[in-house]
Amino acid sequence: MSAPAAGRDRRWLEAILLPVINLVAALLISGLIVRLIGESPWAALKLLVAGAFGNQEAIGYTLFYATNFIFTGLAVAVAYHAGLFNIGAEGQAYIGGLGVGLICLVGGTWPFWIVLPAAIVAGAGFGAAWAFIPAWLQARRGSHIVITTIMFNFIASALMTWLLVNVLIKPGQQSPESREFAASAQLPTLAELLGHIGIKVTASPANLALLLALIAAGGVWVLLWRTRWGYALRVTGESPAVARYAGISPARVTIAIMLLSGALAGGLGLNELMGAQHRIDLDFPAGAGFVGIAVALMGRNHPAGICLAALLFGALSQGGSELSFDMPHVTRDMVVVIQGLVILFCGALENVFRKPLQRLWRKGP
Amino acid sequence: MEFYTLTVLLLAATIRLATPLCLAAFGGLFSERAGVVALGLEGMMLGGAFAAAAASAVTGSAWIGLGAGVAAASFLALILAFACVTQRGNQVVAAMAVNIMVAGLAPTLALAWFDLGGQTPQLANPAQRFTELIWPGAAAARSVPLPGLLYAELVSGHSLIVYGAALLVPLVGWILYRTRFGLRLRAVGENPQAVDTAGISVVRLRYSAVLLSGVLCGIAGTYLSISASAGFVRDMTAGKGYLALAALIFGKWRPLPTLGACLLFAFTDALAARLQGVALPGVGVIPVQFILALPYILTVLLLGGFVGRSLPPKAIGQPYEKEK
Repeated sequence: MSAPAAGRDRRWLEAILLPVINLVAALLISGLIVRLIGESPWAALKLLVAGAFGNQEAIGYTLFYATNFIFTGLAVAVAYHAGLFNIGAEGQAYIGGLGVGLICLVGGTWPFWIVLPAAIVAGAGFGAAWAFIPAWLQARRGSHIVITTIMFNFIASALMTWLLVNVLIKPGQQSPESREFAASAQLPTLAELLGHIGIKVTASPANLALLLALIAAGGVWVLLWRTRWGYALRVTGESPAVARYAGISPARVTIAIMLLSGALAGGLGLNELMGAQHRIDLDFPAGAGFVGIAVALMGRNHPAGICLAALLFGALSQGGSELSFDMPHVTRDMVVVIQGLVILFCGALENVFRKPLQRLWRKGP
Repeated sequence: MEFYTLTVLLLAATIRLATPLCLAAFGGLFSERAGVVALGLEGMMLGGAFAAAAASAVTGSAWIGLGAGVAAASFLALILAFACVTQRGNQVVAAMAVNIMVAGLAPTLALAWFDLGGQTPQLANPAQRFTELIWPGAAAARSVPLPGLLYAELVSGHSLIVYGAALLVPLVGWILYRTRFGLRLRAVGENPQAVDTAGISVVRLRYSAVLLSGVLCGIAGTYLSISASAGFVRDMTAGKGYLALAALIFGKWRPLPTLGACLLFAFTDALAARLQGVALPGVGVIPVQFILALPYILTVLLLGGFVGRSLPPKAIGQPYEKEK
């Protein structure tokens, strides 16, 4: 056996076999919990799959949730490649969404082809700005990015509550929500887009933002693996000392990659607000920033893997809400449990299965 | 006089709010000083809160509730220790996994066992809770103007867990700085190689540190669900675990300053409740959200080195690999 072939086998093991085994482990434990609360795991799984993929509307919802998770998953992953753990995707998505929402509110009279690019820029800009302070503090003052991004999640939440209660609230209304966006500031749904080319599908919240998310994933792939800058970034993640020796400034890379990370998280606002809610409301990221951690780890921080993992978590979110109609004890909280278990097995316990598998591999034919 | 009464009531509220923060932060102190990141405080506290309320609701005994709370949080601590110490996994990832898992698991189990939409039943019987202990003469002392009120509100009228937490502060300081275990614990967070060379088990030290943080978080969670309130509700900790970690960092990883940070953060919390909608002379109405965000803003400023310098234990977050 030549060395490169062995390397290829190894990559297959790392990229496909290990994530699948880790996912199965997480699902098995979740099944045990479902059993523990007196329901049949097998029946739950069947209901979940039917709820997520059973009809066109279900698929639409699955894709809608997946779009959020692609954005936040990419946000966590790009930072991870530079050796940074961005727990702040939740707050960055929240503030990024504020940027999207403000453009949609202000630009009610603008034509759609101006509102869309402006909203993309504002969402990315606001998200990046929110990530900038922790990034700068890490790069220039040495404070730990994990802690500062957590703090910024809480600060973002306080800021948004204040803005929605005191400033953005629709006059004469009790619940803290902004007024509805004008029709020209709403993204077309996938059903409408497909209708233009003569394909009829059931209406669902899935919208143009899905395509934007896929474009972002492609862009991240090109950036990380096909540009000098991406190379510099990955070197910094592997070893800041080597990077410095090669003339790369780790501080600069840290700031730049966190700006990109925050900008990607800001994309969530396009899907959630401009695509579906059509207004700014309280806590619209609803934990998607944390799902992004699971998605990035499960997708091995690769854009293709992230899209697949996002689809999986989209299906879990959608299937989980459908599931509770038939099994009132199994709600979306169960999906949060699965999410935690996936992070545990794919992230923290990755060596549990890797080591025995590698040993098996070497012994094999 | 009005001002004096208000101040005393505010301080009494501060003590109550500081108790869970302080318990969790001191748990985090053990863990971080041993070199294991204490991001899991939130999850362990939430798990403890749920288990305590569930056990107390079923058995009718607050003490069994406390035992269950501590047991559940310790179990979560063992998962963390296994991932961080034995498997040498990423500590931040492991802690986030536990936090997220518990956030889903607690309401799931509550729904399945009690059918109350993710809550535990209201604990109506006083034996199911750690209620306020009224000290002798507190009611009579109230009529004595200055020291009487202080005695009735600050000294008397807290639950057993509050007094326990107050005793814990000197105890933790003593363990960390005056015992052999404490010395070794601090050493393992700074230079695990040296500890290993001296023939002391790094693994055992770190397991005990994480387990201690689990026990203290279990007590903190128990306080939240069966002492400060009468049952578990969804997302009961609401970021208190992260706030405790912030207090620990704000306190520069030392017991007394950490206690000070907990009291400061609890005071801002109590103040926010008091100042809701009140116009201050010359300032106007301070938004409650700003006061609530203040602990986080202060911690960020401190971490940035704008308010003093705070240096973490040297080996924090790094798994220890024994040389072969």
